[in-house]
Amino acid sequence: MTDTSDKIRIDEQTMALRVAREFKDGDTVNLGIGVPTLASNLVPMDREVIFHSENGALGYGQICTAGEGSPHLVNAGGQPVEVRPGLAVVDHAESFAFIRGGWLDYTVLGGLQVSEKGDLSNWMIPNKQIGTIGGAMDLALGAKNVIVVMPHNTKDGGYKIVKECSYPLTGVQCVTMVVTDIAVIRIDKRGMVLCEVAPGWTAEEVQALTEPKLVIDPDLTEIALA
Amino acid sequence: MAINKIVGSAEEAVADVFDGAMILVGGFGTIASCPSRLLTALSERPEVRNLTLVSNPGGFGVEIWGEHDIEVLHRTGQARKHIVSAPTNPLIVNTVEKKYRAGEVEVEMVPQGTLAERVRAGRAGLGGVLTPTGVGIAEIQDGKPVVEMDGKKFLIEKAIKGDFAFIRAHKADRWGNLVFQGTSRTFNATMAGAARVTIAEVDEIVELGELHYEHIITPGVYVDRVVLRK
Repeated sequence: MTDTSDKIRIDEQTMALRVAREFKDGDTVNLGIGVPTLASNLVPMDREVIFHSENGALGYGQICTAGEGSPHLVNAGGQPVEVRPGLAVVDHAESFAFIRGGWLDYTVLGGLQVSEKGDLSNWMIPNKQIGTIGGAMDLALGAKNVIVVMPHNTKDGGYKIVKECSYPLTGVQCVTMVVTDIAVIRIDKRGMVLCEVAPGWTAEEVQALTEPKLVIDPDLTEIALA
Repeated sequence: MAINKIVGSAEEAVADVFDGAMILVGGFGTIASCPSRLLTALSERPEVRNLTLVSNPGGFGVEIWGEHDIEVLHRTGQARKHIVSAPTNPLIVNTVEKKYRAGEVEVEMVPQGTLAERVRAGRAGLGGVLTPTGVGIAEIQDGKPVVEMDGKKFLIEKAIKGDFAFIRAHKADRWGNLVFQGTSRTFNATMAGAARVTIAEVDEIVELGELHYEHIITPGVYVDRVVLRK
């Protein structure tokens, strides 16, 4: 097996940029805290995507530059966001009615582990912390498409894409797409399908860093950002 | 006699909070959405202990803009239990996490949507809610009854009705009608009325009739006391 430890992996902004490419005009999208929230700034200006945050904003604009914006209009990470024409605000029970009721086209979440069946673990590492669920379980269950953005491997090189999740679950058979620093994988009837690889990476190299067997998409390409 | 729910100070507003009370605390996690003055006033009554707190965040544990969040009631040791959705944050090990690890505080972790709906059910006179969230997840299902309706599985989650709800709003009138600002509405509007006594901490008090009836988010019937932030 070739040593891939020195190969270049794509950075967080680029992963968020790849995620943002998924959204089409009129889609409703909820972004989790961290790398996912970056995606709201990366949608092409001519596309009308309705961003939702757990605290009840529907149709907010870009994340404000430091020092700008209002503390009374923030995303799920507490960052001030811009008012955009069309913005609506609801209370928390209504916000989650929207999530659970199937009104979201996409949610983008961080991940600790994703299994080959599409199970997600992202709220707790046992024996290390009490964890934090937040809105993740409702989002994983309610959104039509669940995109997970995470490094492909743990810091010490272990698997994060696994046969079975060993950490407490956030959602069961919910993940539809995984964007990592070396690959884009879709989960559908065929199984875990490797669709895109980072520039300079081969399908074999990605497979070696992934526990379950990947199906290679016949149209496998390099991760495209344009 | 005219209705007047306005009280003179945060101290007066929380004066009857008793040992062992369940307190719902509004807000999302930001200081701007937090009833800080009510929390500070309660923290200054250290004899009131064994509290059960219900809130979305666990609290930062640092003062922001010189104001406390819910963390202060853990720092003073007044809380015994916390029903919460997002107790920790990735930046720091906060007080609730330290107290939980030391076995001093019980934490009941609840998915955020389930928390919101249990609270709404408490206000609405329901015994609980049926939610699909948590089905098949051991830590959440945890012995709760599962029912099947139209071929789908749901958990029965108990309603939450508190003794007190501390909420933060933007404007109020003497009837307790409230409007909020942006995303600071969040759990503040959800928790109004989900307790025996709801206390609203507000930025501004206006004359009755000044809030347009089409714009009022929380009708005054859900609110028992209004206190102006000074």
